[in-house]
Amino acid sequence: MLLITCPHCGPRPELEFRYGGEAHVARPADPSALDDREWSEFLFVRNNPKGVFAERWNHAHGCQRWFNALRDTHTDAFVTTYPAGTARPDMAAEDVR
Amino acid sequence: MLEIRNQATRTAPFPLATETVKGTAIAPLPPRARLSLRLRPAEAARIGSVAGLPLDRPIGTFAAHDERRALRLGPDEWLVSGPADETDELGARIAGDLAGIVHALVDVSHRNCGLAVSGAQAEAALNAGCPLDLSLAAFPVGAATRTLLGKAEILLVRVDAACFEVECWRSFAEYVRTFLVEAARGT
Amino acid sequence: MSRQPFRLERGGRIDRSRPLTIRFDGETFTGYAGDTVASTLLANGVHLMGRSFKYHRPRGLLSVGTDEPNALLSADRGAGRVDPNNRASVLEAVDGLVTGSQNRWPSLAFDVGAVNDVLSPVFVAGFYYKTFMWPRSFWDKVYEPIIRAAAGLGVAPAGPDPDRYAHRHAHCDLLVVGAGPAGLAAALAAARSGKRVMLADEQAEPGGALLHDVTSTIDGVPAQDWVAQTIAALDAHENVVVLPRTTAFGYYNHNHVALVERITDHLPAGDTHGAPRERLWQVRAGEVVLATGSHERPLVFADNDRPGIMLAESLRILVNRYAVAPGREIVLATTGSSAYTVAADLKAAGLAVTIVDARLAVDCVADTAFAAERGITVLPGHTVVGSKGRLRVSGLIVAPLRADGSVGPRRTLACDCVGMSGGWTPAVHLFSQSRGKLAYDAGQDAFLPASHAQAERSAGACAGTYDLAACLAAGFAAGAQAASLDETRAFEASPARTGFQPMRVMPTDVDPGRVRAFVDFQNDVTAKDLKLAVREGFHSIEHVKRYTTTGMATDQGKTSNMNALGYVAGLLDKELPQVGTTTFRPPYTPVSFGALVGPSKGALFDPVRKTPIDSWAEANGAAFEPVSLWRRAWYFPEDGEDMHAAVARECAAVREGLGIFDASTLGKIEVVGPDAAEFMNRMYVNGWSKLAPGKCRYGLMLKEDGFILDDGVVARLAEDRFHVTTTTGGAARVLALMEDYLQTEWPDLDVFLTSVTEQWAVIALQGPKAREVLAPFVSDIDLSNEAMPHMSVREGYVCGVPTRLMRVSFTGELGYEVNVPADHALSVWETLYDAGRAHGITPYGTETMHVLRAEKGFIIVGQETDGTVTPDDVGLGGMVSKVKRDFVGMRSLARPDLVASGRKQLVGLETLDPNERLDEGAQIVVDPSAPVPVPMLGHVTSSYWSPACGRTIALALVADGRARMGETVHVTTPGGFARATIRNPVFVDAEGVRVHARDS
Ligand SMILES: [Zn+2]
Repeated sequence: MLLITCPHCGPRPELEFRYGGEAHVARPADPSALDDREWSEFLFVRNNPKGVFAERWNHAHGCQRWFNALRDTHTDAFVTTYPAGTARPDMAAEDVR
Repeated sequence: MLEIRNQATRTAPFPLATETVKGTAIAPLPPRARLSLRLRPAEAARIGSVAGLPLDRPIGTFAAHDERRALRLGPDEWLVSGPADETDELGARIAGDLAGIVHALVDVSHRNCGLAVSGAQAEAALNAGCPLDLSLAAFPVGAATRTLLGKAEILLVRVDAACFEVECWRSFAEYVRTFLVEAARGT
Repeated sequence: MSRQPFRLERGGRIDRSRPLTIRFDGETFTGYAGDTVASTLLANGVHLMGRSFKYHRPRGLLSVGTDEPNALLSADRGAGRVDPNNRASVLEAVDGLVTGSQNRWPSLAFDVGAVNDVLSPVFVAGFYYKTFMWPRSFWDKVYEPIIRAAAGLGVAPAGPDPDRYAHRHAHCDLLVVGAGPAGLAAALAAARSGKRVMLADEQAEPGGALLHDVTSTIDGVPAQDWVAQTIAALDAHENVVVLPRTTAFGYYNHNHVALVERITDHLPAGDTHGAPRERLWQVRAGEVVLATGSHERPLVFADNDRPGIMLAESLRILVNRYAVAPGREIVLATTGSSAYTVAADLKAAGLAVTIVDARLAVDCVADTAFAAERGITVLPGHTVVGSKGRLRVSGLIVAPLRADGSVGPRRTLACDCVGMSGGWTPAVHLFSQSRGKLAYDAGQDAFLPASHAQAERSAGACAGTYDLAACLAAGFAAGAQAASLDETRAFEASPARTGFQPMRVMPTDVDPGRVRAFVDFQNDVTAKDLKLAVREGFHSIEHVKRYTTTGMATDQGKTSNMNALGYVAGLLDKELPQVGTTTFRPPYTPVSFGALVGPSKGALFDPVRKTPIDSWAEANGAAFEPVSLWRRAWYFPEDGEDMHAAVARECAAVREGLGIFDASTLGKIEVVGPDAAEFMNRMYVNGWSKLAPGKCRYGLMLKEDGFILDDGVVARLAEDRFHVTTTTGGAARVLALMEDYLQTEWPDLDVFLTSVTEQWAVIALQGPKAREVLAPFVSDIDLSNEAMPHMSVREGYVCGVPTRLMRVSFTGELGYEVNVPADHALSVWETLYDAGRAHGITPYGTETMHVLRAEKGFIIVGQETDGTVTPDDVGLGGMVSKVKRDFVGMRSLARPDLVASGRKQLVGLETLDPNERLDEGAQIVVDPSAPVPVPMLGHVTSSYWSPACGRTIALALVADGRARMGETVHVTTPGGFARATIRNPVFVDAEGVRVHARDS
């Protein structure tokens, strides 16, 4: 069970969280302006890297806020967590202990 | 006339008897007025307090004033509570304090219900289903948070070193109470 | 009653003042408190404890530890407390405990299944894969039943488990796993830091290997005294928790370690005082020190599995800890030094010992000198080529190894017990589970912890440190570092005899393909099997493992893995690290299902959510059905009624008079804020800006992919406040989705969401008499048709308590949904019900609700929809706003596949036979005689007997359904096909006039 640091509540057990997939995939401001291919990529295509991944988590059974995390998908180590709507921090896996 | 003749009575979601197992007492709490208050953090900081309750306490703690309490559950979420017969008064007071400020105030007095769990083994009993570190250092008196107890979501409040209050939605009350009794047996 | 002929007169950690008796296969044996079942049986000369898994060969104890592969017993504690597969070496002896051997029939000494041993040439590696492939039809009827009857490990208990199992989440700064010398030293070092320390050990008492060390001293005191002093010191620290009988079995992410504590099995029945049998601990540790020790390796030679042949160190444990003589004439076969310590202790206990050392004389000079000083005969440079005996070893066949590697003449050493030592394997299981990387150390012939993935340290034998003083120092240093103390400490301790020459399979003078030399005892895998697997082309160790099953038994190959790896490496002519090691997975040792389940059984299996009116429904004879976690009143049968009759009566009551229905489980969300309408516009397909306060509107919500997610009636209470309802099952999902969009896509919107599902109970009054019955109890609201038309909402009072009163209908009749604060709901319900009795008020359940809405062609999300259905598919395309620039799912409605022709559309179906009720889910075809595969046109989504129509009705999704009105189709039935006609899906009151009923 992961230990996830909620930006509002601090370290909490994974049980309290809901996973939300890749972060920084903004919903297009005007979906109708997208052609079918662009829209289907927004809907269905996500990255799945081995290594540091920016992803969304919701502290569903805590403060219920969505936030983002950088997690190394290979080691499950969290590099950092940061509020939704802020830019991806410039950090690498080596920045974690 | 009719309102008086047919005045509805109130039925609690669980039996009101206290159950004590291996020194841990699980006691249903009387109803309270409960209002969910949502307010942007910057506005909360500016206003400072509502109904005499400070809004600036850290997330995961509660503030108390007389019989009233404000649990800070998130950056923009408080659960304000008071005596059961003060729902309207409390709501009006908060609405007055927040006049002209964007906020949401929703009555959830009947949604939530509470249990007190007390005794030297209360911490251990709660940890049968609550994954948080409930030691006094990590979860001191004054702590209040949403979390889990087994398969139910709860609000957990530490009112004393050996006394916690557990709140849940009313349809989970039977599960939560049964879980705590079983947990106390397992300590 | 036995007299324990093999109990030594002195010594051991048993309590001779507390005798006890246990039963094994019907016989009674005596032992003492502190014994295990294995030590009790051995004290009574019983070595035969089981039959092997595949060949049913007689087996005795191999190891006095958790790595025991052979002696698996069932334990019967009475009253449903039957537990298979207990390792006799771990199972503590308790007065009155009933045990039995497994895997044998009719008796342990004479087992019919042993014919497998005679037939063993056919039971080679991959036997099952090769033999039972053909003919295919034989697999289900012949092979599998026979294999299942003959195979399997133990017998699962038949009855429910009466015991209590507890769970506990715990946090500590430092978790030390293993209370041997390294673990004790680690805990001792950390204790003084004041940090929270947990020390868990699988044995009944802490001490590890020191519990059977009667000669070593630590800092000048006997080792066992040091253990006692250390435990006393730890007990004095309030910040230290010592958990005996507690096995750390799983090491998960972020230092989350699972342990199982055995609480009552060692207590006599009646002494448990209601305590749980076991407790599952989930520990989150800041730091972990692993001090899990090591396992001894057996030697691989022909017939190395006879009862009486054990691991050498286990003999030392039996003698020193349990005061049991495993035999009187003992041969120790070894490739290393530790067996010499064993020999000395056995000799000191008065037992005859001979050592056979496979190392050349020049390689064991110091050891042979040590033996000579004690008058112990050593045969250096000798291999073991076989054993004699049947149910117990009677001789060990040895032969000299010549300089050229050949094997000299055989001789038999008469004996009644053999100890074998093929070296030591660090117990790196938990380290490996922590995702730490192992590296092969050739000097130690072991995989050792190399790079760490978590905040963890390994110390002592599990890190390849065997010398006692070094173990203590390493443990202390690890504990101190983990507690952030800058301390080290040197210990003075007796030197240990360490070092060995790995020898995967003992050299022999016969064709190794003809003998049974066991590598994996529990799964009956021999050196021959491994050789065959390699010859057949299995070159990856993971493949060899699965093909031969070596290391795959419940002991996970604790004794066998290194011999298997080394042997396979040799066969492949590779270095061992090139072959690699297999993966260690939880659990380290088997864990009971009870411990994993904990309290989550019976009433606590899942929360059963009940509405405030549930008790009334129960008292009034309702049948219930589960709907997500809720239990809902399904129908209310009167005397002698079945469901069909009850539902027909309930339906008629609603259409003709008045029904009352508990709709409290509907999800409810209060949407509040100046941007509430804008938020609703973005979440729902229809528009909300023009909905006036006091009005209701049916809302339809999509996922971003354009498919229907949920629906429900929405009431606008004020410009900035909506009362949104969702389906019962969708309540949490919808709120979560709304929060997601609000927080992450539109954080600028000034709106807040609050779940009020459980704040408001909902009493639905439906039927022509609804207004008449409700009106007297309502105050501050004008119920007249003009003042409060269909699809309106008012706030006021009912029975003196606040209500959000909605005039809405899911039945097609005049109806109200009376929202009241939940704690008042039962009282209001009872008042309305009592008042309605004069008008024939009828409580109805979910089944009637389903029928009534199907008669009106109203969809139920999850029944008419399945995550691939659009608004247009169910005839709700007209609801989709044409003026909104965007809403969730809007762009997807223009995706090519969602606008293509041929999509399935909602229609009604009428069977030719008005009494035939179709199956929900049944497939619909045009022509059942079409060539296979018959093209599927669609499927039935809802199907009921309709009292209003006097016939069956069905809803279905049919390709191009709206263009097929009047067509006849064929619907699959259990017996063939039924013919049905496609029609529009509204069966009752197509004009929709009844909901607008005026005042009567
Ligand atoms: Zn949080």
